[in-house]
Amino acid sequence: MPGTFEGETVNRRRFMNLVTNGAGGVAAVAITLPVLGFAAGPIFSRVPFEWQTIGMPADFPKSTYQTRVVEIVQGIGEAGKTTAYVRARDPSIDTEPEDQYNQFVALSSRCMHLGCPVRFVAAAERFICPCHGGVYDFRGMVAGGPPVRPLDRFYTRLKDGYVQIGPRYSVNSELRRFSPRDPGEPLDGVGQYLYPARFSTSQIPQS
Amino acid sequence: MPRLPAPPLPKALMPRPKRPGEAQDVGAFPPAEAGITVVDWIDERTSLSPGIRWMLFRKVPKGINWAYTLGSATLFAFLAQAVTGVFLAMYYRPDAAGGAYESIRYITDDAFLGQFVRGMHKWGASVMIILIFLHMARVFFYGAYKYPRELTWIIGVVLLILTLVMGFTGYLLPFDQRAYWATIVGVNINGTGPFVGPFLSDFLRAGPEFGATTLSRFYAIHMLLVPGAIGALIGAHLYLVSKLGITAPPWLKAEPEPELLEHSEV
Repeated sequence: MPGTFEGETVNRRRFMNLVTNGAGGVAAVAITLPVLGFAAGPIFSRVPFEWQTIGMPADFPKSTYQTRVVEIVQGIGEAGKTTAYVRARDPSIDTEPEDQYNQFVALSSRCMHLGCPVRFVAAAERFICPCHGGVYDFRGMVAGGPPVRPLDRFYTRLKDGYVQIGPRYSVNSELRRFSPRDPGEPLDGVGQYLYPARFSTSQIPQS
Repeated sequence: MPRLPAPPLPKALMPRPKRPGEAQDVGAFPPAEAGITVVDWIDERTSLSPGIRWMLFRKVPKGINWAYTLGSATLFAFLAQAVTGVFLAMYYRPDAAGGAYESIRYITDDAFLGQFVRGMHKWGASVMIILIFLHMARVFFYGAYKYPRELTWIIGVVLLILTLVMGFTGYLLPFDQRAYWATIVGVNINGTGPFVGPFLSDFLRAGPEFGATTLSRFYAIHMLLVPGAIGALIGAHLYLVSKLGITAPPWLKAEPEPELLEHSEV
């Protein structure tokens, strides 16, 4: 668009166009971006987790699981609770390296296919999922069906003579620890890169 | 006041000619014409009637049948969902600590006609999905998605996806065992998408676990976000249908105008 003067590139009409559209664009972005950030915020906020006391060491034998209800989300009643299957570590079958967080083996009842609650059937020594037939053995390793990795676990520790349960973590088929992933996300091979750790992962509380 | 040309009225609605001897003059402003006058008053200021006439009184090809009404049926199902949903929202409480389930129980068991309105919304959801697929099958098998109607088809597919989003988010709202576990499973299916899946799950749940705001998030998506998008896209869909016209059934052969035929063929 030629200007009024020789060599003029921006005339009045073009300038006003630019300013009006620019102001409109700035106003739209000023509303949209905060709103989108507001909606997506929970992806980036780390969720705190407290140790919860679940009993005395003598409550948990090596040979079978005890069920404990753990509150993983506060303030929403039943919907915020999940079940943990807990037993004492048995060195003859638990081959993963021993440390302060696995003196007691606490398995999450969340099926690693799509997240239904599994049930421990003592007679079969298997965890069985009601939804799509996932089966896990006594250690929580996949024994059959669609699950993509062993059952998730919780950190456990001994504190002042009590057994405490901490945040959840995921394991691959060699029971290597990973930050908690959602069900349906395999962790063997490239799985850990296809399904990266999330920003919302709880850290192990120090107290 | 200048009058716009009248739409083609059915015969039953046409004004009858006066009988001989009938009173000719009924006054300057007969009450029967008041309605027409109001419409004229609005139309003179908005010029809506040409658009409405363009939308409603358009030519359709020979040989159309009842299968062509499936789109309108889907639209009606959506409107029914919108109306019943608005009124269900008057009683529903998106409270994950038990209030949601209790409010649904109140609607179903105690509120006057609550079971009926909730039933319409619940069964209407399935009806809408079924009608969408029938409508889609009609368009597909009649080849009506072809040029120049590809954009209509694409918008229709987006509408299908949005309707499935409505089904997914609405399924959680009763907040019973089935709703809760279906949502757990559904969110985890979303999570299996590589790279973005884990973050998509966190976005849907508003955190790493099913939490206090998951339900209100689903409720907002279900009653505000997606219905608005569906309404806007239905507008675009209908505009294109009206603009491009509808296709004849594929078994009808095109009849060329007689004057275009070669004389040797006759």
